[in-house]
Amino acid sequence: MRLVDALGYRLPLAGLVSILHRASGMLMFLLLPFIIWMFDTSLTSEISYSQFTAVFAHGAGFVPGWFFKLVALALIWAYLHHLIAGLRHLWMDATHAVTLQFGRQSAIVTLVVSVLLTLVLGAKLFLS
Amino acid sequence: MAQSFGSKRTVVGAHYGLRDWLSQRVTAALMALFTLALIVQVLLPGEMGYDKWAGIFAHQWMKLLTFVVIVALLVHVWVGMRDVLMDYVKGVGTRLTLQMATIVWLVGCAGWAIQVLWRL
Repeated sequence: MRLVDALGYRLPLAGLVSILHRASGMLMFLLLPFIIWMFDTSLTSEISYSQFTAVFAHGAGFVPGWFFKLVALALIWAYLHHLIAGLRHLWMDATHAVTLQFGRQSAIVTLVVSVLLTLVLGAKLFLS
Repeated sequence: MAQSFGSKRTVVGAHYGLRDWLSQRVTAALMALFTLALIVQVLLPGEMGYDKWAGIFAHQWMKLLTFVVIVALLVHVWVGMRDVLMDYVKGVGTRLTLQMATIVWLVGCAGWAIQVLWRL
C-alpha cells in the first residue's frame, strides 16, 4: 500500500495518538541539542543561568525570545504527549486492556490531558 | 513440513524483538520516575532561581538518577528511531546511513549531557 492509498482511510483517535507518539519522539530527537543546551546553561553557574533566562526573556541575536518560548512549548507538548501515550502503552501491556472501547477512551484521555497540561504550562511560560 | 505456528514452530529471525520491547519499556519507566522526582522537587516550597534549580541536581542520588536517565534515553531513542527508520525508509543503503547518523547523534548528545552532569 502506498501512502496516498493509506490517506484514503479515516484515522481513528487511537491511530492519531500513535502517529503523534512517533512525531513527538522525532521532534524531541531532533531538538536534543537544544534540550542539552538548556540543561547545560541553566545548571553550570549563576552567570550561565541568567544567560539562560535572558534568552527566553529577550531573545538571542536576531531570534526573539517568544520564538524560544514557542520551541520550549512544542517540547513541553511533545514530552507530555509521549509520556502519557507511553503510560497508556504500559497500562495496556500490564492489564491486557485491548478492547476497542478502551483504546478509544484512553486515546481521548491522552489527547485531552496532554493538551490541557500544555496550555497550563504555556500560560506560565508566556504570561508570567 | 516445518510447523509455522504454536510452541513447536521453527523459530526464525534475529531474536531482538522481545529484548528491544523490554528495554524500551524499562528505560521508559526509569525516565517517568526521573520526571516524577524532578516535578516533586520543583514544586517544593521556595522561589525558583539558580540556587533552587542547581540544588536539585546537587544531591548525589539525583546525579546518579540523571546519569542513569541519560543512558536510558540513549537506549530508548535508539529503539524508537530504529523502529521508525525500519517502517518508513525502504532503501537498505539509505536506512543504514540514517541509522549510523542516529547512533552518532545520540552518542554525541549523551556525551555532552554526561559532561555537563560531571562538572556540577
